[in-house]
Amino acid sequence: MSDNKNKIFPLETSLKNSYMDKTKPLNHAKSGSNAIEHKKVTNSRLNGYNIFDKTGLPTPVIEQWRSTNITKDYKENYLIGDNKPKFDKQINEIFHCSVHGFDTNVFALLNGWYYSTPDKVLQTLDNGIIVGSLAVAQQKYPDLFDDYYNEIARPDSHGFNAINAAIFTDGLFIYVPDNVKSDKAVQLIKMVNRDDNIMINTRNLIILGENSRLSFLHCDDSINQHKGLLATNTEIFLKKDAQLDLYKLQNLNNNTTLVNSTFVKQDANSNLNVNVLTFNGGIIRNEFTIDLTEEGANADISGMYLMDDKQHVDNQVKVIHSAPNCTSSELFKGVLDDHASGVFNGYIYVARDAQQTMAFQKNANILMTSTASIDTMPFLEIYADDVKCSHGATVGQLDNDALFYLMQRGIKESDAKLLLMYAFVTEVTNKIGIDALRNSVDDMVKKRLRGDLSICDKCILQCSTPDLPVEFEIDMSKI
Amino acid sequence: MLLNIKDLHVSIDGKEILKGCNLGVNNGEVHAIMGPNGTGKSTLAAAITGREGYDITSGEIIYKGQDISELSPDIRANEGIFLSFQYPVEIPGVSITNFMRTAINAQREYRGEQPIAAGEFLKKMEEKKKLVDIQSKLTNRSVNEGFSGGEKKKNEIFQMAMLEPTFAVLDETDSGLDIDALKVVANGVNALRSENNAFVVITHYQRLLDYIVPDFVHVMYDGKIVKSGGKGLANELEEKGYDWIKEHVQNG
Ligand SMILES: Nc1ncnc2c1ncn2[C@@H]1O[C@H](COP(=O)(O)OP(=O)(O)OP(=O)(O)O)[C@@H](O)[C@H]1O
Ligand SMILES: [Mg+2]
Repeated sequence: MSDNKNKIFPLETSLKNSYMDKTKPLNHAKSGSNAIEHKKVTNSRLNGYNIFDKTGLPTPVIEQWRSTNITKDYKENYLIGDNKPKFDKQINEIFHCSVHGFDTNVFALLNGWYYSTPDKVLQTLDNGIIVGSLAVAQQKYPDLFDDYYNEIARPDSHGFNAINAAIFTDGLFIYVPDNVKSDKAVQLIKMVNRDDNIMINTRNLIILGENSRLSFLHCDDSINQHKGLLATNTEIFLKKDAQLDLYKLQNLNNNTTLVNSTFVKQDANSNLNVNVLTFNGGIIRNEFTIDLTEEGANADISGMYLMDDKQHVDNQVKVIHSAPNCTSSELFKGVLDDHASGVFNGYIYVARDAQQTMAFQKNANILMTSTASIDTMPFLEIYADDVKCSHGATVGQLDNDALFYLMQRGIKESDAKLLLMYAFVTEVTNKIGIDALRNSVDDMVKKRLRGDLSICDKCILQCSTPDLPVEFEIDMSKI
Repeated sequence: MLLNIKDLHVSIDGKEILKGCNLGVNNGEVHAIMGPNGTGKSTLAAAITGREGYDITSGEIIYKGQDISELSPDIRANEGIFLSFQYPVEIPGVSITNFMRTAINAQREYRGEQPIAAGEFLKKMEEKKKLVDIQSKLTNRSVNEGFSGGEKKKNEIFQMAMLEPTFAVLDETDSGLDIDALKVVANGVNALRSENNAFVVITHYQRLLDYIVPDFVHVMYDGKIVKSGGKGLANELEEKGYDWIKEHVQNG
């Protein structure tokens, strides 16, 4: 940290300058809004400023950032946040989702701002779910912000989360009332189309009432090749018996760094299923802090990453078992090629009262080259005595016996390798509960492995329209 | 001659395993290879199919008139060479159906043909599943994953039936099979036998040869075929064991 203090990164300077005028939050300046913010939002901005003043940006001298070094980004000049874009194009002109049979309620953030016509900025859907701009929701639903906003986010965890609290522009707000079970997924598309290096900070708040259910698909896309530094904080509350299926699809250009932190608080018997699908990106860091606060809560967190070139992926998963009889399982699998590097840091904490905890963790990796690397660090801290915990990490190459077996049946080496890599990650993709999404993710995995998945100029899901014949694209066993 | 192996020497990690093996197989023939454990039978199968790490230090493998020792395993397979593995490999995450469709299309692409139509493929699957009495619940599963020993062997023959090879090596396909499964496997092989293909059956037991009747029986010992004969040789081995062969070899 002291090293860090001595160095003054251009990004750090511009971040500090960006909030010098504390009377007018950055997002107000950029949106031209004079509305009064919710007191909690304003206070957490001030708190974020103060923390960031002390900590600055994280560097590898901090243990949790030991293997993920973003400092080269800190030397770049970035535009800090963009002005609020005018709604002059329909979402479907910028983005077109062509997955058949996959019908979602689509919401978009463009360059850090909620993107819609004014009448749709905060909507109540037919089933009673409230979805819209976080910046608007804080005015309309102050009670919910009193109860939930910044209750579980940790601006003190590192500089990105501090600065996020301070200068975020906008984000998505979702409130699912008690007993509402939505069968149509909510999809958030986060797009960046500025022709400059840009840093964007967004913030989401998701509240699922008792016995409610939601599927939420969170897509991070680049729609050009410009350098981006994207930071997001998401707070998620699952009340008693609620269930959230969260899918994160990440297909960003190789110049982009994504740092996203998700904080979840789970009440009794709630269920969380997470699937993080990382296809592309320069540096991607996914942080999860999941607190199982009441009995019977269950969290299933899985992830898949396919990295090549000099890409870097870092999954940090922290599960806190605070109450008895909760279960958690983590499964992260990935293939790293070329000079790609990865980090998996799984941390399970079992409090003294959390008897009968079941907590499992597995991280498996295939390294395709001797220059690819993975740093995997499972960590258990257990204070209860009646628990079942396990963890395991594997790093290996493709199975040569399997490779020969496939080739003996006529499949050429490159396809055989592809099939084995594909097979390796299906343990994760098979967990996707929405058939149409699972099938398109399957196609994307094959395309990605074949090198045909590019950063589309539209939505990533566009890629699942097979314009090229995808070998073994149809799983005949499903016919 | 379909396959002609001439004075083949094969080393693994610098250790010579095959020490001058000769074998000639014509279309329409079935050859059995017997011999004590560890004498090089599977090594011969590996050399024919092009497995990495099996270095051919001298000799030739002539198949359809061409030396194939430099060809990659997939090309050999697409030229019609098939191996029913002694130890089939488990491949989690790849369903048999998917695997077979990929393999058939690879074969078709090699021959410059169009990919197989879904309907035709499914029909073929049904037909061949019946042939080897294999259940759909098996073909929907991942390749060999959690299969019993017998199921794995049946699955090999099923794949052979799907791919219709010109030259197939069956490496101890009979071991681990119950009597009924043995008959099913043998029937599967017999159904595929024709004037345009050939089989090499590696086995330790004469019993299989009651069902798949070979034209020739060879004995492999210390990396060489040391004795060849008709079906009667298998009976003789069953009765007398291998000691007389060993003596025969040692006395030159
Ligand atoms: N990969 C390997 N590395 C080292 N030695 C090997 C390897 N594969 C085979 N061998 C050795 O080569 C010899 C021949 O093995 P092979 O598997 O061909 O025998 P086999 O005749 O098929 O025996 P079995 O009847 O038991 O199947 C054995 O001594 C074996 O230990
Ligand atoms: Mg053998």
